[in-house]
Amino acid sequence: MDNRQKEINNLKDYKYGFSTDIENIQAPKGLNEDVIKFISNIKKEPAWMLEFRLKAFERFKVLKEPDWQKPKFPKIDYQDLYYYSAPKSMKDKPKSLDELDPKLLETYKKLGIPLQEQARLNGIAVDAVFDSVSVATTFKDELTKQGIIFCPISEAIQNHPELVKKYLGSVIPTSDHFFATLNSAVFTDGSFVYIPEGVRCPMELSTYFRINASNTGQFERTLIIADKGSYVSYLEGCTAPMRDENQLHAANVELIALDDAEIKYSTVQNWYPGDKDGKGGIYNFVTKRGLCKGKNSKISWTQVETGSAITWKYPSCILKGDNSVGEFYSIAITNNHQKADTGTKMIHLGKNTKSKIISKGISAGSSDMTYRGLVDISSKAKNSTNYTQCDSLLMGNKCGAHTVPYIKNKNSESNIAHEATTSKISEEQLHYCQQRGLNPEEAVGLIVNGFCKEVLQQLPMEFAVEAQKLVGISLEGSVG
Amino acid sequence: MKEQLQKDFDNNIKNLSLSQKDIEIKKFCLDNFIDKGFPNRKEEDWKFSDLNQIIKNNIGELSFYNDQTSTSKVDTSVFVDGLEHNKIVFINGRIEKIDFEYEKKDQIEIIDQSETINEFKNSNSLSDLNNAFTNKCFKILVKKGYQLVKPLIIYHTTNSKIWSKNINLRLNFELDKDSSLRLIDLFNDTSEKNFLNIFYNFELKENAVLKNYKVDKFENKNIKYSFNNIDQDKNSISETFILSSGSNFSKNEINCNLNGVYASAFVNGVFSLNNDKHHEIRSVINHLTENTKSYQLIKSVLDENSKAVYQGKIFVNSDAQKTDGYQLSKSILLNKESEFNAKPELEIYADDVKCSHGSASGSLNEGSIFYLMSRGLSYQQSRELLINGFLLDVVEKITDSEIKNLIKNMIGIEE
Repeated sequence: MDNRQKEINNLKDYKYGFSTDIENIQAPKGLNEDVIKFISNIKKEPAWMLEFRLKAFERFKVLKEPDWQKPKFPKIDYQDLYYYSAPKSMKDKPKSLDELDPKLLETYKKLGIPLQEQARLNGIAVDAVFDSVSVATTFKDELTKQGIIFCPISEAIQNHPELVKKYLGSVIPTSDHFFATLNSAVFTDGSFVYIPEGVRCPMELSTYFRINASNTGQFERTLIIADKGSYVSYLEGCTAPMRDENQLHAANVELIALDDAEIKYSTVQNWYPGDKDGKGGIYNFVTKRGLCKGKNSKISWTQVETGSAITWKYPSCILKGDNSVGEFYSIAITNNHQKADTGTKMIHLGKNTKSKIISKGISAGSSDMTYRGLVDISSKAKNSTNYTQCDSLLMGNKCGAHTVPYIKNKNSESNIAHEATTSKISEEQLHYCQQRGLNPEEAVGLIVNGFCKEVLQQLPMEFAVEAQKLVGISLEGSVG
Repeated sequence: MKEQLQKDFDNNIKNLSLSQKDIEIKKFCLDNFIDKGFPNRKEEDWKFSDLNQIIKNNIGELSFYNDQTSTSKVDTSVFVDGLEHNKIVFINGRIEKIDFEYEKKDQIEIIDQSETINEFKNSNSLSDLNNAFTNKCFKILVKKGYQLVKPLIIYHTTNSKIWSKNINLRLNFELDKDSSLRLIDLFNDTSEKNFLNIFYNFELKENAVLKNYKVDKFENKNIKYSFNNIDQDKNSISETFILSSGSNFSKNEINCNLNGVYASAFVNGVFSLNNDKHHEIRSVINHLTENTKSYQLIKSVLDENSKAVYQGKIFVNSDAQKTDGYQLSKSILLNKESEFNAKPELEIYADDVKCSHGSASGSLNEGSIFYLMSRGLSYQQSRELLINGFLLDVVEKITDSEIKNLIKNMIGIEE
């Protein structure tokens, strides 16, 4: 067996499938006011925060789990989940990296997170999340010098309550849909970023998520605020250990861009997709929404979705400020029994707003993929434009690829263009590549990477390499 | 509404000589409808057009009983000039005339099917309403190998005798092997504020060709819903053209099942709207076996507060390899208050297919207007020229030249 084949075999089984034994503090099982108070208490939150949570919980009680989505899943018993768990050694927060539990460090090492020297070399500030509590934050000093706040949201609640109070829930209110409201009630931790006026963040900010304790729904909350004239690029990458039970992940991500600000949010999601027969895997039900609040602001979402048993999310942009721009670039790959229902919403409210959607879906095996999107140009959004392109690639005749765009135009001075195609890799393309010495899998990898190029180009350098590799790995075994 | 429905239903049943079993079935459908009511926007297919609300706002209280015991005189002035054709005339929902004067009598059979109730696949509460209140239902059977010499025009005429009424119609067509039919639905309304609920069922056998042109051109304040179900066998072709313009509200639904290999379906539509009108076309093309083809082109020109909706779905079964599906919708918004909504949907389970859709909406191109005006046309002339050219594209898709000219004359498009 040559080296390359060996490498492929190593990669075939889920690369990040392991879990670490650390004693957990857990809130009692189930969802009720006491559990919410427990979470709030253990995080030493101020009263207004508890009030926010309870308000969301009140609303949650009357909401019903939505059922309009394409991928169906067995009913989740929300009373059978743990809503809080934290590594025990976190009880007294470590002051430096050296104080960290060596076992945790080992986990990160296996994941390849450049927490210490590597981080410095790569110029990435890492806010690593292990289960639900942020463990370490690096590069703080360098960021602090510029006035940038990058910390776990629980810390921000303590240290910057005025900012959190003002913006938390301003894009995803506590009265939103089922999973978002659940998150508002029980979120444990996440990242908080504030870029002050006129500052261009000198490095890519990045968080690695990781789900560890079994049966723990993970509810992250991320809030990014870019003040006037600022710029930030934020990376989010996810890996999770191999587990049998389905794990629910319902995160909320809120982005706010004020006048002339720009936020670039990139995700590479590679959570455990379940085994070859569709057993296990993560439910990834994430609410991501950005508000272009100020004039000339810009929000750009880029996502590479290769993992999770079910991916169900629509990163959206509300283009409220005049001349604001929203972008959405997505690659979604499903294999075996994975299911994805993803897309975006572009809501044009301001004048001269522009949006662009590029979505590439690849489905193989017995998987199912849906692009679902909304473009809504309101009557006041004069002179707005949207361009949408969604392409699907099918591999095999057991999988499905669907496109469900909703297009609403209420303004005669605005233009919308939408295109969608569905095709397969042609025999000619494969033949051509193989004739030049590539094996079928390499050929497919090459062609698919070409298919996705438009989106991959949008990723920051550090991510692009990882993403390209992922695209190849995700499709292993789908040809021949 | 419930009491009204019950009362009108009983009145209606009284005049019919139905068996106990048929009454039971009709009752069952009525109960279904009472249970569900008119479709509203909570239903995905009615998301953009809340019929319940539209009826409430435009008509108010509907009554469902139509006295069909007396005949109405057929007004020959509504007949199309300059084109010899066969006729079916509906006046206020009652069949007054069936006339196949140009055809061989033994090749067309008209079967009274009033007692059979068709269950429509993909149906909604309106099919229950239709089942409960339709009195007469005919099936028109075109026999093997017979191709109608002249087109058939169905006149849907309503006059001022009716007001706030619900009219239910149903027709079934069967086109046997190698047969063909050209069918024009012509709406002619001098009535106001009625709700027409029309169901057609077409069964196309091998090599059969159906061309259906629906023309709703004349201004009226009625609300219309029309559902076409088309089942297609091997090598059959269906062509549907919809001119959606006259009524206050109109929704045309096409559900087409391509069951046989090499079957193909074409759906083309034109919305030309003004004056607060709200029209919708919803099409579902089911590619159920291999080597089938569908093509859809919808164009709209929207003025003065009007609203058009296009929901098109291409479904491809996992057996339907080598499917070719195409769908394009384009619209021009002429007025600030006009609105275009689209939901072009693909649901695909086979990999060796060629499916695509496109949708675009926007204003008239200022550059093109400038070009024409710089060559001496007035603003108004340039605008008309551009709009005509835009719509002509769809009309040109009509494969029958006689009917193409007829429709061109009706809309006033000249080449």
